[in-house]
Parts: sequence; C-alpha cells; structure tokens
Amino acid sequence: MNIFVILKQTFDTEEKISIQNGKIAEDGVKFIINPYDEYAVEEALRQKEQLGGSVTVVSVGPARVAEALRTALAMGADEAVLIQNDDSESDEFTISSLLAAYFRDQAFDLILGGYFSVDNGAGQTAVRLARLLDIPHASAITHLQITSNHATVNRDAEGDTETIEIRLPALFTAQQGLNEPRYPSLPGIMKAKKKPFLTLEQQQLNGIEAEIAPKTVRTALSLPAERKSGRILQGTIQEQTVELVHLLRNEDKVI
Amino acid sequence: MGNTYVIVAETKGGRLRQVSLEAIHAAALASHEEDKRIALLLGHQLKEAADELARYTEVILIDHPDLASYQAEIYFAALTQALDPIQPYAVIFGHTAIGRDLAPQIAAHLNAGQISDVTAISGSGDAIAYTRPLYAGKAFENRQFSSSPQVITIRPNNIAPAQPASTSSSITELSYTPSTSLRSVIKEVVSKSAGRIDLTEAKVVVSGGRGVKSKAGFQPLEELAEVLQGAVGASRGACDAGYCDYSLQIGQTGKVVTPEIYIACGISGAIQHLAGMSQSRIIIAINKDPEAPIFKVADYGIVGDLFEVVPILAEEFRKLLCAPN
Ligand SMILES: Cc1cc2nc3c(=O)[nH]c(=O)nc-3n(C[C@H](O)[C@H](O)[C@H](O)COP(=O)(O)OP(=O)(O)OC[C@H]3O[C@@H](n4cnc5c(N)ncnc54)[C@H](O)[C@@H]3O)c2cc1C
Repeated sequence: MNIFVILKQTFDTEEKISIQNGKIAEDGVKFIINPYDEYAVEEALRQKEQLGGSVTVVSVGPARVAEALRTALAMGADEAVLIQNDDSESDEFTISSLLAAYFRDQAFDLILGGYFSVDNGAGQTAVRLARLLDIPHASAITHLQITSNHATVNRDAEGDTETIEIRLPALFTAQQGLNEPRYPSLPGIMKAKKKPFLTLEQQQLNGIEAEIAPKTVRTALSLPAERKSGRILQGTIQEQTVELVHLLRNEDKVI
Repeated sequence: MGNTYVIVAETKGGRLRQVSLEAIHAAALASHEEDKRIALLLGHQLKEAADELARYTEVILIDHPDLASYQAEIYFAALTQALDPIQPYAVIFGHTAIGRDLAPQIAAHLNAGQISDVTAISGSGDAIAYTRPLYAGKAFENRQFSSSPQVITIRPNNIAPAQPASTSSSITELSYTPSTSLRSVIKEVVSKSAGRIDLTEAKVVVSGGRGVKSKAGFQPLEELAEVLQGAVGASRGACDAGYCDYSLQIGQTGKVVTPEIYIACGISGAIQHLAGMSQSRIIIAINKDPEAPIFKVADYGIVGDLFEVVPILAEEFRKLLCAPN
C-alpha cells in the first residue's frame, strides 16, 4: 500500500488571535499539525501496520511547516515531502493545484487528509484534489477498513452514518472519532532525523512553471466584536428563571 | 445580457431546507438586477419542494431514483450535466454536509475559486465582499473573487431567507443519464437525525456538558429543547464521556451553530467550545461554578445546579408559550 497523507500546519487551537499590520500575528505562536490531519496521519500508520507498505506525508507551505512534517515522521511516517510555498495569499485553488501536480507523478493507493483545517475552516483542498486526480473520495470518515483494492468507510453526514464501499485509489478526509492519535515516542523522534525528507520548489512540479495565481483575495481582516460581559441573574432559582424568560420575551424579543 | 447565478437547493425529508432560501437571498445580494438566478434541485420525488422553490425563483429540477440520497459521485455527475450547458457565473451552496462535499468538487471541475462558509455579503457591483470566519470565529475576513466562475457556500442561519414572490416562476425538468463507471456505492445509511431539528439550522440550541453527568442527564435538556422547538447539542467533554453521540458536538472540532438562543448547561466554556457557539445571538449559561469561563461570554447567567434550573426553566417557557394570549 502506498499511503499518502496531506497535512497542514495550523495555529495551536489555544492561541489567542491578534492582528498586526493587517495580518494575523504569527510571532511567538505555537504551531501544530491540524488536529483533523493528525487523525489522518494516525489512520495511515494503522493501515500500514495491518497491510504493509509505506506512509508519505506531504505539505504545502513555508519552511516552518517542516516541523509538522517531522512530527509526523516521529509518529511513524516513512517519508516527508514539503512543497515550498511562501505566498500567504495562496488560496485552496493554488494549494490543490500544487498537490495535484505532485500526485500526478506518484503511484498511490490511498490519500488521507483532514476534514477541514481549524485555521481557515474552508474544507476545500482535499476534495478538490480528489476531483483533480479523478479519484473517488469520501469526506468526514469515522471508520476505514481496506480489503484488497476496496475500502469500506463510515462517513458522518450531519449526524447520520453512511457506510460506503469505494474502489482504490481513493481519497478520504478524517473526522473526529476515526481514531486516537499517538504521541511521537523518543525513539521515534530519533529515527525521524534519518528519514527521507524531500523539499520541492514549485517549479520542480510537472506542469507548474511560475506562480499559480489565486482566484480569491482577502480584502479585510477583523476581530469579532467583544461580547459585553453578561448579567448574572439574582434571587432564588425560581425568580431567576422567571426574570430570564421575561427578558428574552420583552427585551431581546427572541421568544 | 447578465450572468447566471445557480443556487443548488437542498431538501431534507422531502422538504426544502431553510438554508436554501438563504442561498437564494445570497444570490440576490451578490448579483445585479439583470443577472439570471436559477435554483437547481436534485433528488427524487421532489414535486412539492420544486413547487415551493418556484415561489422564490426559476427552478431546474432533476428527479431521478439514483438521486434519492446524497452520493458524491452521482450528485457530481448530475450537477455537472445541468451546469455545463448553463456555464454559470456563480454557483451557491449551503455550507451543509452536502454543500461542503459538493462545492469543492464543482469548483475543481469549473477551475473556479471558492469562498466557503460565508456569514455575510456586502458591497455592490464588481466589489462584492464575502465575510467568513477564521480560526473558528476568533477572526473574520472579507474575501473577494479575482476571477469567475465563482463557487460559494453560505453558513446556515446567518443570511436572511429570501421572500416569496407574488407569482410562481417556471420549473424545467432535466433528465439525468446515470453514469456507468461508478467507483463507489452506498451500502447503508443509519439515520440518527430523522425527525430531529438540524443543529446547524436550529433557532434554539440547548447544550449539555460534562455537568449533565450521564446519558440520562440529557433528558431534562431534551425536554427544554422540545418546549422551545430547538435542538440538543453538547460539549466535547460530554461526548468523550459517552453521554451522547459525537454528532452533537459543538465547537472547533464539532459543529458551528449560530442560533437565536444558545443555552449552555454544565459547560465550562473552554475556548474550543466557544469557537462553535460564540456567534449565537443570545447566550445563556447555567453552571454551578460562578467562576466558570462560560459566564464571560454569556448574556445571562444562572449560577446553580442544572438539574434544578433546567426543569423550572422548561416549565416557565411552557407557561409562556402554551398560554392562550
Ligand atoms: C484540539 C482540541 C479540540 C477540541 N475541540 C472541542 C470542541 O469542538 N468542542 C468542545 O466542546 N470541546 C473541545 N475541546 C475540549 C475542550 O478543551 C474542553 O475539554 C471541553 O469543552 C470541556 O467540556 P465541558 O465544558 O463539558 O466539561 P468540563 O470542563 O469538565 O466542565 C463541566 C462544567 O460543568 C459544571 N457542572 C458540573 N455539574 C454541574 C451541575 N450539576 N449543574 C451545573 N453545572 C455543573 C462545572 O462547574 C464545569 O464548569 C477540544 C480540545 C482540544 C485540545
């Protein structure tokens, strides 16, 4: 099994977001593997443990992304590929185009990714990639079983669970509940240093010569309005609930 | 001649979803007067939903047994059969399970930019700005297209629904030619949401956290939700503890909800939970601990035991809502 994981490095979900010079401030911020992509890495490792083969983790981004790829290697992935892209204006069109160019030259059975990234939240890149490669996909999977050249997956669709059988090669995106990601072990971290790590310039990808212009552009960035501190109601529980219902009806007019 | 905006409408249990009416309004906000707006409806036995939809805008209907439930490959094939001859300028979806899956496929097919999870549309002419959350609502961006065609998904409950017109528009039926080379097949669907109000579209959400203490602890919350015709949600703490299904989870790695009223019961208010609900219009927190961070974002707080407060609250709402005026 040639298993690939596409992963993205994101802000730690605990980070406070601030804006500096019209951009999200990145200094001092802790970066992690996008939590959904972590499920994808874990699933790739589990499939490999059962079926044999290799796990390659691939990311598009600036040099700092190497750290996330190294973490995946320390978890047990065999190889890492970083497609260099320093353009903070890149959109999902750009990223999926770069990934598609890379994958057109690879022999793969299975591509795993996260359902969406917790920073941008768009959930486009993986599904776009499947379409660009013309392979079937299922998003938001919570279970994966592979027998010869078929995969059976459970997929979460707004609370309903669908069981789908899909012919490989295929692409799946991981939903929470798929597995519990392992931590990198100390020997894993040591071994990771010796594993193949390939850094590619965009121009080295087939069919991608210069920059690929994004098709959407950010024109403004803002923080949400602070919620004004609320009111703690007073009195007995009975009095508080009566007041609450009154406020909702007569002041907020939502009931 | 104007451009064509296509709204991909959705149904649930044969009925039109609210988010599709919101998408029709989104199309009106994004387009010019002279542009054409068409709603596309895919499914099976959807005559009634199509009639309903025609009260808002022109409709193209593809009705076929293969489209009875969503399947990525089949829906993609049917949708492109309808879209390719139209050459749309923009295609608008709800940011729902189906829209999230179908939109990026269509964007790739059309070689188009896509703006996902839109919560507001502003501007006019060529400078239409789409507002969308970043970092699970810890920031917002405005995004614009620098090319067409355009693909857009809109978050339920944020853009006002379209209003029906005084006369009905036309319904055109298109045939669907089933694809012969399917590589995926749905074996089974276990519906846990049948008859339930969809969380992401609910006007009222009653959520339980680890404070509910057990599966049975969700019962009073369900009763409160029923009185308010709302849906029940949960924190990850409650899901992890096995008190409820993960499909109820609200937060950064769960669902994002923006109801009129959000009632958090026994939820501490961790940042990852806030990410999924802090854009709700009115937030009510019920928690034993007066120091719980949830009170910092709540409009109204009741410090107390949820097992005492929630039933009384349900009773008060019942009195109000069921009383003859
Ligand atoms: C990467 C990542 C992603 C995450 N994603 C999410 C997510 O999407 N959604 C999410 O919710 N969490 C998420 N979390 C987890 C989050 O950090 C918290 O652990 C979780 O939200 C806590 O759930 P809780 O508030 O129900 O439980 P607790 O923090 O244990 O709080 C329980 C609360 O109930 C109160 N309580 C107890 N008994 C009663 C009673 N009888 N009456 C009234 N109040 C009572 C207590 O005072 C306490 O405040 C994520 C964490 C990580 C690291």
